[in-house]
Amino acid sequence: MAAGYLRLDAVVPDELNDRAIGVLEAGLPAVPYGTPIEDAFPTGGFTRDLLEVPEVAGALRGLVGPGATVDHHAVHVRRPRGGEAQPLHGDAIIDVRPDAFDVQLMYYPRAVEADMGGTLVVPGSHLRRTNESDTGRYQNLLGQVRLTCPAGTVMLLHHGIWHGGRRNDSDVQRYMYKIRFNPTVPQVLLWDTADLRDPAVARELDRRFPWYEHATGRLEVHNRVHLWRTMTADPTFDIDYWATRVSNRPLLRSAV
Amino acid sequence: MKQQVLVLYLANSSLDAPVVGWSSYDGTGAARPTAGDGDEPPYRSGVEALRDGWRLFQASQLIPPYPGHEYDTSFLKHEFFFEKLA
Repeated sequence: MAAGYLRLDAVVPDELNDRAIGVLEAGLPAVPYGTPIEDAFPTGGFTRDLLEVPEVAGALRGLVGPGATVDHHAVHVRRPRGGEAQPLHGDAIIDVRPDAFDVQLMYYPRAVEADMGGTLVVPGSHLRRTNESDTGRYQNLLGQVRLTCPAGTVMLLHHGIWHGGRRNDSDVQRYMYKIRFNPTVPQVLLWDTADLRDPAVARELDRRFPWYEHATGRLEVHNRVHLWRTMTADPTFDIDYWATRVSNRPLLRSAV
Repeated sequence: MKQQVLVLYLANSSLDAPVVGWSSYDGTGAARPTAGDGDEPPYRSGVEALRDGWRLFQASQLIPPYPGHEYDTSFLKHEFFFEKLA
């Protein structure tokens, strides 16, 4: 929630990773927007097998719930010594829904080393209100993640997160397979909530990232509080009184 | 003479605040800076860039939030453009 993404290192077994290369090289047929997962990806097919890896299936269910639909999917290949870095961007268009979010799955079937053009991800950027590549002016932000990972790694990202494919300066081809999912149910308490009251939850939601300006970092926490209130159906949740203090209106209460 | 441009994003509106983001563009063609090409900022603050000979030519204005959007976060606010001529 604070970082805006979940990283699952090497969760996909080697057999599926090896199978992926041929599938991604051949290309995958387009899926009509809004197709249920089970219709988009038939049982026994590569993508369905990927989505049924237990760690992936569990994380997806916790974030978008049952019945999620496929927005679109795409294969991204960075050729050796080829291409330019993408400008830092958020996918689609500016999307400020306060009570829903899409999840983007990024899957890396082969290990990604530092010079292979792994995805650039900016932790904690997902609640910024910017449109697509208007952020292209930013080349480097303190604390950014220049993804390196073992084969079989899956990332699940909030739709708004700033990211970009980096320039591949190596002699090795880099593969990434992306699927965007749309929720069809309210994203409220969909995950294992046994530790919901653990103080570690509030500590995590209070995280600041190195690229935050000091003052804006406080607003990020305020905005996370509101998203967490929605995701947990708890209108009283707060961190350090940020949201409660600025909504205290005694005059309005006395007028009722 | 060709222009080299350095953009620093600072942690607050003061030029001596810490650097939180950076970009550069090289009109000489000697370098090809691009997105995600480094994790370490070139300077710790805007003033440190001045001390190294960079000339400040633009600083972002301080603009109050639009009414009703006081808690929105968007672009980085404290953007400083520097140049060198090479």
